[in-house]
Amino acid sequence: MSEILKQFKIQATKVASDLRHRALIQTALGKYEVQRDRRKAAFQSWEEARQVAAETKWEAMQSLDQHLISFVSKLEARGTHVHWASNGIQARDIILNIIREKKARCIIKSKAMTAEEIHLNEAMEKEGYEVVESDLGEFIVQLRKEAPYHIVFPAMHLTRDEISDLFHRELGSAQTSDPEELTMIARRALRKKYITADIGITGANFAIAETGMVSITENEGNARLTAALPKTMISLLGIEKVLPRMADLALFLPMLATAGAGQPITCYNSLYGGPRRPGEVDGPEEYHVVLLDNRRTELLADAEQRDALHCIRCGACLNVCPIYRNVGGHTYGTTYSGPIGSVITPHLRGLQDWKHLSSASSLCGACTETCPVKINLHHHLLHNRRNAAVQNPNRLEQLAFRIFGRVMNSLATYRVMRTAARWLHPLHGLVKGGPLDPARAWTKTRELAPVAPKTFREQWKNRT
Amino acid sequence: MKVTLFIPCFVDLCFPQVGMSMVSILERLGHQVAFHEDVICCGQPAFNSGFWEETRVVARKVLQRLESSDAVVIASGSCGAMMKVFYPEIFANTPEAPAARALADKCFEFSEFLVNRLGVTDLGARFPAKVTFHDGCHGLRELGAKKPARTLLSHVKDLTLIEMKDAETCCGFGGTFAAKFPMISTAMGEVKCLSAQDTGADYIVSNDSSCLMHVQGLLDRQGKTVKTIHLAEILAHA
Repeated sequence: MSEILKQFKIQATKVASDLRHRALIQTALGKYEVQRDRRKAAFQSWEEARQVAAETKWEAMQSLDQHLISFVSKLEARGTHVHWASNGIQARDIILNIIREKKARCIIKSKAMTAEEIHLNEAMEKEGYEVVESDLGEFIVQLRKEAPYHIVFPAMHLTRDEISDLFHRELGSAQTSDPEELTMIARRALRKKYITADIGITGANFAIAETGMVSITENEGNARLTAALPKTMISLLGIEKVLPRMADLALFLPMLATAGAGQPITCYNSLYGGPRRPGEVDGPEEYHVVLLDNRRTELLADAEQRDALHCIRCGACLNVCPIYRNVGGHTYGTTYSGPIGSVITPHLRGLQDWKHLSSASSLCGACTETCPVKINLHHHLLHNRRNAAVQNPNRLEQLAFRIFGRVMNSLATYRVMRTAARWLHPLHGLVKGGPLDPARAWTKTRELAPVAPKTFREQWKNRT
Repeated sequence: MKVTLFIPCFVDLCFPQVGMSMVSILERLGHQVAFHEDVICCGQPAFNSGFWEETRVVARKVLQRLESSDAVVIASGSCGAMMKVFYPEIFANTPEAPAARALADKCFEFSEFLVNRLGVTDLGARFPAKVTFHDGCHGLRELGAKKPARTLLSHVKDLTLIEMKDAETCCGFGGTFAAKFPMISTAMGEVKCLSAQDTGADYIVSNDSSCLMHVQGLLDRQGKTVKTIHLAEILAHA
């Protein structure tokens, strides 16, 4: 068993049996579900909206090259510096070079999963720069020195009291369980940073090809301050963020807010097309856009799973996933957790190392059902399982399924196995649930159904 | 109509009463029931584990033996999804592709067959109990059959259906998943059992014995009194 899989199993076992965690997540996501359903009902037809969204992303991916050229040329025409990064190392180097060139000391960041993907904060901190996350949830998990628990709600796993303790310990604030007061504590700490930061780094929600603009949606106004106050602004985004037209936002902004947070639309929706122009009173003097591939083009070349690039990172599939709800976001050990993470991580970081995430699913399909851009998520888990088995089959498992095929194709062998199962059932009682039990994976927590005194086949035969 | 019944291996071995109930219901409705004793399994365990070639070995036999059937009724939404949705996928671009599509077109999960194909909603059954219904994921999402089972239950005399919270949430079985990741599977099952118990129902009903096997296994271990029962068993109660 690989070390990654071992860690996954240890962590999953721990969190899945943690009843406090279970209750916390159920409550949080239960509230989300109520809001989401209310907002979905406000659409004339949520199903049609999903269809249009899926087709729009399909169109964007089908001619991604042309859309990117349009996006970049329009940005450059307004004086934006655009950088292409094939992988995480290149993206980090590009950003570190800008930081060095600007002789920056303090960097303020708004939420960007792409930055998590390339471990940008670690790289900047290693070089001695001060990096401050400005999204409240990200600010909290940064203080805890941990990764975001969820791609949209980074600190969902924490209670108010835990956050109060954290602020008290790290920021010296007085204890409080009032959410507004907690927010004010973070705000007071963050406002100072916006002013002193030399560079602001953002992610992006959409890249509009038609107009060459970066669309950023948020609820706290922190991304606007991150973009507006420092002299230099950098946006890091995956190449799949493209939407063909500005008008597409009319669907995608409410859809992202509804699916992601059960909101009609996020509180702040901004578009960035270039640095401050003569006569403008605010905005950065210099604007850099870093476009990240990091194996996305390989996924684009995979005709079967290409639609995974449609993902708008709303987190809806995490929210409904019973696996995610029981093992929690950190157990995955990946940047992108939940169903979408289980689908794309093998593509982004290697199939053999991450194939277990595709197996750790009951294939219930709640993810596919909820996905606003109709990614065939749970079927892709099956595709990953197949690809992993073709590439490097577990020989014992393969042998087992070859025997299984023989048994199921031969009535005589099946009857022998049936008789054996009947005889062995009373003996099984002696070892049930213990270390010698071959069915321990099942019987440790569950009773095993016995073979009936008369099976269906036996009863069927008797009646004719 | 001549109806061929597909009885999955676990129904044959552990839940024969489910299959027998289906036989008696279909015959009562005046249909002729056929059953091929040598068609044992749809191959889903191998498929779900990624072994598509090994799956095709089992599936090929199913295709051949059911080729001449008029309608195939499957005693599990999960095996139904395998034959209706996944056979066409695993046989795509192979010589068996037309046969797989033909089988998919005449496959029905039991409750779906009664309501959508035969238009039968009231079987004159009586079952004096409080029940809650668990939607098996494959029947619900792959086959899109949420309504048929509830329609049938609504006509059962003296039966009270109390919907549980998150009836559509997976029970955690997932076939090989239950053995590969037992800790996650068990946690999911515990959540499901609690939701069902909260309704105060005497029975958890489903149209998939695989889910019920998982749920009953947990309930038995925990010493809970609430029982599981297949929809067909209720409908066969006169």
